[in-house]
Amino acid sequence: MANTTAISQTWKGGKSPFNVEYGKLMMWYFLMSDSFTFGALLIAYGTTRFATNGWPNPNIVFSDFPGLGPGHPLLFVSLMTFILILSSVTMVLAVHAGHKMDKKQVVKYLIWTIIGGLAFLSCQAMEWTHLHSEGAWWGRNPFPNTDGTLSTTNFTNFFFTITGFHGFHVFSGVVINVIMLIMTLQDKFEHKGHYLMIEKAGLYWHFVDLVWVFVFTCFYLI
Amino acid sequence: MAHSATIALQPGQKDPAVREIWRVTIILSVLTIVELALGFSMIGMPVETLHYFIKGVIIILMLAKAFYIIGYFMHLKHEVRTLIMSIGIPMMLFIWFILAFIMDGHSYNMMKNRYEPYYKEKSTIQMPPPPEEHPEAKPGSLD
Repeated sequence: MANTTAISQTWKGGKSPFNVEYGKLMMWYFLMSDSFTFGALLIAYGTTRFATNGWPNPNIVFSDFPGLGPGHPLLFVSLMTFILILSSVTMVLAVHAGHKMDKKQVVKYLIWTIIGGLAFLSCQAMEWTHLHSEGAWWGRNPFPNTDGTLSTTNFTNFFFTITGFHGFHVFSGVVINVIMLIMTLQDKFEHKGHYLMIEKAGLYWHFVDLVWVFVFTCFYLI
Repeated sequence: MAHSATIALQPGQKDPAVREIWRVTIILSVLTIVELALGFSMIGMPVETLHYFIKGVIIILMLAKAFYIIGYFMHLKHEVRTLIMSIGIPMMLFIWFILAFIMDGHSYNMMKNRYEPYYKEKSTIQMPPPPEEHPEAKPGSLD
């Protein structure tokens, strides 16, 4: 980012029209394509739901909180949502510390982000285990529709596929953050003179949080 | 953002970028809490106009959250216009994508309900209870 002069609104050539580093631009385009993958999955879910007469009630299916038992709709998923939002905040703080070349702060916030990601994955593992123990899995749906009528397996198929795909993204995000942490500790970025890699990892991590906003709303709230 | 790296802050002075991060955090938390409150209010509510209205509000809040995450956390709001456009314009495909597919699903369901008597009949069959009841059900089971 040597170019510190203001970029004119019309591009006249001679410099990058995007004013970002190549890798960051490509990360944006990757995330755009990934959002279409998630979009396709969620829209397929929506289409199927509109093409079906009944649907299980999420407030009954996901009403369990570990240690408290059933009867607490939305509570566990609220916890998961806040964990992911907070880990996103610590990631922004790590990126911000990177701008200031503050290695100690970068390390601190990256560790918090990794802890948040692991906490989210553990919550998801608990939820999946619990649902599995109730007889829900791909191809098996023990939950009746809201009005007690016969339900289809579409509900569990979409739930496990989409939250699973999102969980896989969280997992890869944690792996990327761990690699970033190791590289920071090895002073790789100090030698390079910038922490732009943290920024790219940060973009990916925020995207994971962004997708959860949509998954959470589509599956648990509406 | 990168050019602010060189500006040394006076000790004790609050970094405006950090203040913005916390401001956005609070906005996101409040939006989430409102969403959850609306979600709780829908429990046991008859599926009527108000029910669909609340769902609409939740979707609008969801889009507001997405805007704050993309705009501030992912920093797109502060990028140059060309970059915002090259990400934003392809995203508009989603408008068609969502409308077309949801409407198709809806019309498919209407047609099956009208022309396939068994399909409609099947949606009124009550789900049988689980084969055998476990009196000593594991803690955390739904029954």
